[in-house]
Amino acid sequence: MKFSIQINEGPYQHQASDTAYQFARAALAAGHEIFRVFFYHDGVNNATKLAVPPQDDRDIPKLWSELSKENDLDLVVCIAAAQRRGMMDVDEAKRQGFEDNNLNEGFRISGLGQLIEAGIESDRLVVFGA
Amino acid sequence: MAVKKFMYVNRKAPYGTIYALESLEVVLIGAAFDQDVSLAFIGDGVYELTKGQKTEAIGQKNFSPTYSALGDYDVNKIYVEKESLEERGLTLDDLQHLVWEDEDEDWAEKDSIRLVSRSELADVMAEQDICLSF
Repeated sequence: MKFSIQINEGPYQHQASDTAYQFARAALAAGHEIFRVFFYHDGVNNATKLAVPPQDDRDIPKLWSELSKENDLDLVVCIAAAQRRGMMDVDEAKRQGFEDNNLNEGFRISGLGQLIEAGIESDRLVVFGA
Repeated sequence: MAVKKFMYVNRKAPYGTIYALESLEVVLIGAAFDQDVSLAFIGDGVYELTKGQKTEAIGQKNFSPTYSALGDYDVNKIYVEKESLEERGLTLDDLQHLVWEDEDEDWAEKDSIRLVSRSELADVMAEQDICLSF
């Protein structure tokens, strides 16, 4: 089956991202396809490359980044939600006149249309959080 | 491209959290995709449609006028759950009067809001391909 996943909550504060990650891994292990993972609301904060969690805790942004690399996952961060919350890739940071950017490897920033398209193209859209 | 039935389920008060505002943003973008769209307002989500919202004192933008533009985006199936209204001491008169113009009937103005019971709404939800909840 072809799944897409929507994550509506930030890391650590809420379990949504953890549960979505476990779901994604289980789905891939069972031979399913993941068309896209879409990060919305505070979920965009899962894409930060600046998180430094305690060493004995899981590194949620890194887990997503690695899962993306291993499985060629499409991790999309909503641009409208990201701009409000200060999540920027290199190009957007430059465009806004900032020196720094904070988008982790494996993520890309794009529009809400990507969420609707994911709904249209996938057999199931599974929403985590909110 | 196949047309799917999208339902946006709004469950939160308009202010206090950002879910209501960002849900509306998805609805407006999604309207460009020519899908079968409906909105449901349940629980505290019914407050999103109340008329006469004034937000100056909390320093936030009053985004409620945007709901009245939904008809222009061909978003005209707006389900409001009867029990959720009653539990909060509200009636349809407390909500904005949302309308759309029917192209097939010489642009006759029609009501967008459909007052439905909890069990009727459950049936409508069961028909959807996608339920996005906010």
